[in-house]
Amino acid sequence: MKLELRGITKRFGQLVANDSINLVVQPGEIHALLGENGAGKSTLMNVLYGLYQADEGQILLDDKAQKFSGPGDAMASGIGMVHQHFMLIPVFTVAENVALGNEPTGLFGTFKLAEARKRVVEISDRFGFNVDPDALVEDLPVGVQQRVEIIKALSRDAKVLVLDEPTAVLTPQETDELMAIMRQLAKAGTSIVFITHKLREVKEVADKITVIRLGKVVGDAAPDASTSELASMMVGREVDLTVTKRQASLGDEVLRVENISVLDDRNQRAVNGVSFMVQRGEILAIAGVQGNGQTELAEALLGLRPVIKGSGSISINGEHRKSQASVRDVLESGVGFIPEDRKKDGLVSEFTIAENLMLNASYKSVFTKGLNINFAARKKISKDLVERFDVRTPSADHLAGKLSGGNQQKVVVARELYRKVDLLIASQPTRGVDVGSIEFIHEQLVAERDAGKGVVLISTELDEVLALADRIAVMYRGQIIGIVGPETSREQLGKMMAGVAA
Amino acid sequence: MSSPEARFNQAIKEILAGGLTRTVLSVILGFLVGALFMIGSNKEFLEGLTYFFSRPQDSLGAAWTVVSDGYGALFRGSIFNAEAEDLIKAFRPLTETLRLGAPLIAAGLGIGLAFRVGLFNIGGTGQLIFGMIFSTWVATRIELPIVLHMIVALIAGILGACLLGALVGFLKARTGAHEVILTIMLNYIAIYFFSFLMRDPALLQEERASGNPKADPAAVTAQFPKLFGDEYSLHWGLVFSIAAVIVYWWLMERSTIGYRLRMVGFNPDAAKTAGINVNRTYVLAMALSAAFVGVAGANQALGTAIGVTPSSHAGIGFDAITVALLGGSSAPGILLAGLLFGAFKAGAPAMQVIGVSPEVLGIVQGAIVLFIAAPPLIRAIFGLPKPQTTNALGAIRGRVFGKGGAK
Repeated sequence: MKLELRGITKRFGQLVANDSINLVVQPGEIHALLGENGAGKSTLMNVLYGLYQADEGQILLDDKAQKFSGPGDAMASGIGMVHQHFMLIPVFTVAENVALGNEPTGLFGTFKLAEARKRVVEISDRFGFNVDPDALVEDLPVGVQQRVEIIKALSRDAKVLVLDEPTAVLTPQETDELMAIMRQLAKAGTSIVFITHKLREVKEVADKITVIRLGKVVGDAAPDASTSELASMMVGREVDLTVTKRQASLGDEVLRVENISVLDDRNQRAVNGVSFMVQRGEILAIAGVQGNGQTELAEALLGLRPVIKGSGSISINGEHRKSQASVRDVLESGVGFIPEDRKKDGLVSEFTIAENLMLNASYKSVFTKGLNINFAARKKISKDLVERFDVRTPSADHLAGKLSGGNQQKVVVARELYRKVDLLIASQPTRGVDVGSIEFIHEQLVAERDAGKGVVLISTELDEVLALADRIAVMYRGQIIGIVGPETSREQLGKMMAGVAA
Repeated sequence: MSSPEARFNQAIKEILAGGLTRTVLSVILGFLVGALFMIGSNKEFLEGLTYFFSRPQDSLGAAWTVVSDGYGALFRGSIFNAEAEDLIKAFRPLTETLRLGAPLIAAGLGIGLAFRVGLFNIGGTGQLIFGMIFSTWVATRIELPIVLHMIVALIAGILGACLLGALVGFLKARTGAHEVILTIMLNYIAIYFFSFLMRDPALLQEERASGNPKADPAAVTAQFPKLFGDEYSLHWGLVFSIAAVIVYWWLMERSTIGYRLRMVGFNPDAAKTAGINVNRTYVLAMALSAAFVGVAGANQALGTAIGVTPSSHAGIGFDAITVALLGGSSAPGILLAGLLFGAFKAGAPAMQVIGVSPEVLGIVQGAIVLFIAAPPLIRAIFGLPKPQTTNALGAIRGRVFGKGGAK
């Protein structure tokens, strides 16, 4: 089916999220929608899916104008969507999930499970998805869950399939498999809109690329366009994606983790006997697919989550840490922490930028004067930090919650680096951050390393790991599969991330 | 575990995110609702209704008369009585408003403090009673020189309330019990414990009391002295309440303690990550919250020459919730809201005198809370735009907490 968007404009109050966007997707085409976070990609797709009503413009399917007042209409017209966060019910089976909202029913509305199963098997076989219709969704790996989402869309006869950042949660291998599936679907005539900000994937799979910046289409490109060309289009200026860094000059050991185990919220062992050490002047990256214990490891390092008693030890600067060290003790022993979920753990959105800059320095610091907040010092320091860390805001008195993701992250980074730490633990420091800010944050991490600090970088983005790491520890199911050098190939790391030891 | 808790906190935030416009509109609407009740219970108006279409002016005139008379009496009873024989008597209503508003302000600060830490302290009554118990004990069972006796009794009241508040915080931190349940239950315990103490002369009961639960009057050395001589019953309780407002403002807006309290209120996860012991903060917050309520407790025990009785808490613990909500939990807001409710209390008898039932004021009070706590309703009535999430959150700081806020 041919999809055409004509002059789509969507405003939210003052903000123009989509500014007369034109987009044509031919039948059987894989059309990549490339843009930074906040460029307006998701808004556009939500307009297409009937979740938002466009203020202006038209949606045409096979040259016929459509009017969607909700996702139901969009689905009925043949548009399917796979969201970044899966809309599946974990305790239902695959067949039940696929049928949900579109259940085959018999007399008196009884649910015909057999028919639902048949539908799943049929689609799964046709495209070689290899999905068991009776498996519980919660037992499936993320990559397979995603296929369930695709089956769900296809089972409703989707002719246009929208994939919203589908690779964010996948291993490199799973990503490759997804791309194969996309090609196959396209060959069968399905039009695919592939939303992403990852250049490598776009170049590999897309037939056509449309770049969106600040709500406007800034141009089309062919998949053979160079990476830097695409990146410049996306950001609107020349960008340097490679991080230049000097040879590491290693110093004393700053962190030693020996054989620690940590429980997650469900009391399962999320980290199981992990050991590693970090020296001053190096970046140790902890790579791995999301959900393999990295979050719990980071929380344990900070003291937020207890290490299982007797399981091992953590020393900072050669000093053994108490088994139940408080977060405050850890922070005051010279550790900086950039949490992976900055909105939840890193910032208080209702506080101003200045207030956020003293978040973990409210006891006795330059920001305080006895029991009073030292407003004069805070004003001066925050003004200085906002400038130095290039936080785009009218002033430090603005609410942190109103900043863009990248600028929020700069506030977090500024706060942690201002505290003069020996060890910086950065958990997903560039997640949901625009390219410009990524560049800046990467530079800051390398600068810390060059200044003789130890840096632990926890990241699920292989590109980031390869660009920054001096050593790479790969985590899989709570264990470190191996620690390898930065010259290790993408394929090798991918295998390790899937659990194959080096 | 955090999800229902988070939703609850979110609801508190949204209720507090009202802003000045909504607060003023709510107060006006509250008075309108009160007016409707006055009209609806008026005999002339109802009689006029039977022939409304031939002579509508009878009903409408009666309606206008009862409302203007009713609220006129409220004004006379609470601000200025132009019909009084001399100027001193004419100003007495205003001093009564201040006298009755003072404990509402202090207790309102306590509840407001808890709100800003994301806690719902329904236990004002219990904490106030504990304050009264401790103050009364010091004021009736210990002999100390003048001034010192009063100060010790005041501090004892603050500590007594503080103790009960800290217990709530401790139980919440230790066991995860919800503070709403804890405080409600402790209210009952406090009320009956108070009566129990006043049934035994060895404890708090007045020697001559004939079996009724009643405590000795506070010793003259411990009573709050009158502010403007014996013409007015206004006493030093007002001064202590205003001092509490200033302390509250400093604590919440200027000090690092309040900064951490607010941080925990807004985002306990971020506070934890920033090295703040959230559980300990809850204990501290409940203790501080109750300490302010304790000022009101001391006011009830020491602000009068007659002994306290089980009903001396005067519903202040619950009214304080309304005061804190109406005042947006900010120091100046609570001061104004406390005075408004003090005026209601002062003006009620004057309304009764002219035959308007003073319960109307309870309805006004309840309606105001309803309108403040039901944002969608108020938005629907006035067609205000639904604030976007970030705006709503911003509005908390900007409008409600922004008064004298951290620069």
